[in-house]
Amino acid sequence: MSTPTAGQTQAVRPRRRHVEPLYWWFLVPSLILFTLAITIPGLVGIFFSFTDSIGVGDWRFIGLTNYVALFSDPAVLQSYLFTFGFAIATVLVVNVVSFMLAVGLTSRIRLKTPLRTVFVIPMVISGIIIAYVFQFLFNNSLPGLGEALGIKVLSTSMLSNPDLAWVALVIVTAWQAIPGTLLIYIAGLLAVPGDVYEAADIDGATKPQQLLRITLPLVFGYVVINMILGLKNFLGAYDIIKGLTDGGPGTSTRSISMTIVGGFNGGDYAYQMANATIFFIITIVISLAQLRLTRGRSL
Amino acid sequence: MAATTPTPAAPAARQKIRITPERVNWSATIILILCAFTVLLPLYVTISMAFKSGTQAVDGNAFSLPNPISIEGFVEAWNLTNFPVGAGVSALVTAGTVAGTIFLAAFASYAIVRNWDHKFFRYSFFYLLAAMFIPFPVVALPQIQLTGLVGLANPGGVILLATMFQLSFSVLLFTAFLRSIPYELEESARIDGASTWQTFWKLIFPLLAPMSATVGIFAFLYAWNDFMMPSLIIADAQLQTLPVRQNIFQTQFSNNYHVSFASYLMAMSPAIIAYLFTQRWVMEGVTQGAVKG
Repeated sequence: MSTPTAGQTQAVRPRRRHVEPLYWWFLVPSLILFTLAITIPGLVGIFFSFTDSIGVGDWRFIGLTNYVALFSDPAVLQSYLFTFGFAIATVLVVNVVSFMLAVGLTSRIRLKTPLRTVFVIPMVISGIIIAYVFQFLFNNSLPGLGEALGIKVLSTSMLSNPDLAWVALVIVTAWQAIPGTLLIYIAGLLAVPGDVYEAADIDGATKPQQLLRITLPLVFGYVVINMILGLKNFLGAYDIIKGLTDGGPGTSTRSISMTIVGGFNGGDYAYQMANATIFFIITIVISLAQLRLTRGRSL
Repeated sequence: MAATTPTPAAPAARQKIRITPERVNWSATIILILCAFTVLLPLYVTISMAFKSGTQAVDGNAFSLPNPISIEGFVEAWNLTNFPVGAGVSALVTAGTVAGTIFLAAFASYAIVRNWDHKFFRYSFFYLLAAMFIPFPVVALPQIQLTGLVGLANPGGVILLATMFQLSFSVLLFTAFLRSIPYELEESARIDGASTWQTFWKLIFPLLAPMSATVGIFAFLYAWNDFMMPSLIIADAQLQTLPVRQNIFQTQFSNNYHVSFASYLMAMSPAIIAYLFTQRWVMEGVTQGAVKG
């Protein structure tokens, strides 16, 4: 409406200028919805973590009792141990494989576009459906293969072996997570100027040397981003575990998310809210580490 | 190794005509093709199992071709899981989340960027961004409780929550993009007498299109494929999305592998087909989003 004047006031009085009503209408509804959908549930959860609520009915404050109990609960400790081990293993597998695939896909190869198309497909499929397909393969096809090859460990289903079920989870999670990581690495590798390699060629550096001494340091920023994004995602793992092992055999592959969410049916509402609060604090710490590590790195 | 032998001949012939096209790396090509099979194999198994007849599927042989090709699995899965309703709910949740995320995030980002000198707008930006650090499980239990209380334990509630979770990342992408649009462009529109609403709608929003595509793709992949949130929020199993339906009927599928795989295939194919038609945008969008975010 009075647009030229808005510009003038901005110049004259930059501090307390008049904000056009439309801008409030653009922002405030989102802020209200956001507060109702995320902030308030978050605060409600933290509040109840100091009570003995079971989700419905009466409750009273019990201070830090839930938190104290958490640290000596073997089920909770096991879920943290499993989730962190699983997340770290998956991050390493995903990044190593993605990086090598990205190097391959950016080199002089044939069928570049069809290959890229294929490698990205897993990204668009639902995690739980992937898990069910692999569950079938692990239960019905792999044991037969193991038997035929005479590998004893593989002749029974990996999923019913408490020591191996996590390996199956790493494989399936990696299968789905590689495309996203791969695309970031491809972007990183394409940003490396070609003349760097020409110079290295002239100096007589071999291809593996170039990869290790030139490529890797130049895309290190992308490695850090991928590692931390991946770690955050895998720590929250739920869908694939739910489909593939449902936390089993026993409770050997129960993730933190599954433990927390189980609290609603198990009558452990307040207790699992304390668990969720701890998990939230851990996520914040990891995110802050991310900001520290990536600050100043230009991508 | 054997495959490398024919290569020198081809580039050598071309070499005479033009500047050396660098040699095709055949060993890398072959290794990558082999790797691609690990991606294609589960998809092949899904498709071939889905088209088997009940009598053939029951042996659980994953790699045999369907013989005869049968669609009885699809018919049974369609009726058992009530596929049309599931697909409808999934489509509704996805469309609602994509539209909600694009519009709300674009509106909010525009207001924030144009009023950056105003404290309220600046702090709102950081407030919205904070949700990027909140994993869904952390707020899931209170959200189940609260959506139940206000009558949102249905696909509508999922649209609202999914949109709000997508908002942080999307606002981050939009604000970064908006800052790169020169203000002079907008000023000239305003001098011509356009209101803020007109400026946004006719000038800014079309300019945002590439970023809207990125934001939309992320929202689509999340809303269409997510299992955890709808499974916890939607109370009525009849109104569940496709991924959750697979979980509900998993025990009923039991050894009718042709039914279960037909059901999986129907649930995953819309996203795969959409991807095959838009793959360039998807790849560019995801790269852009991930690198900026």
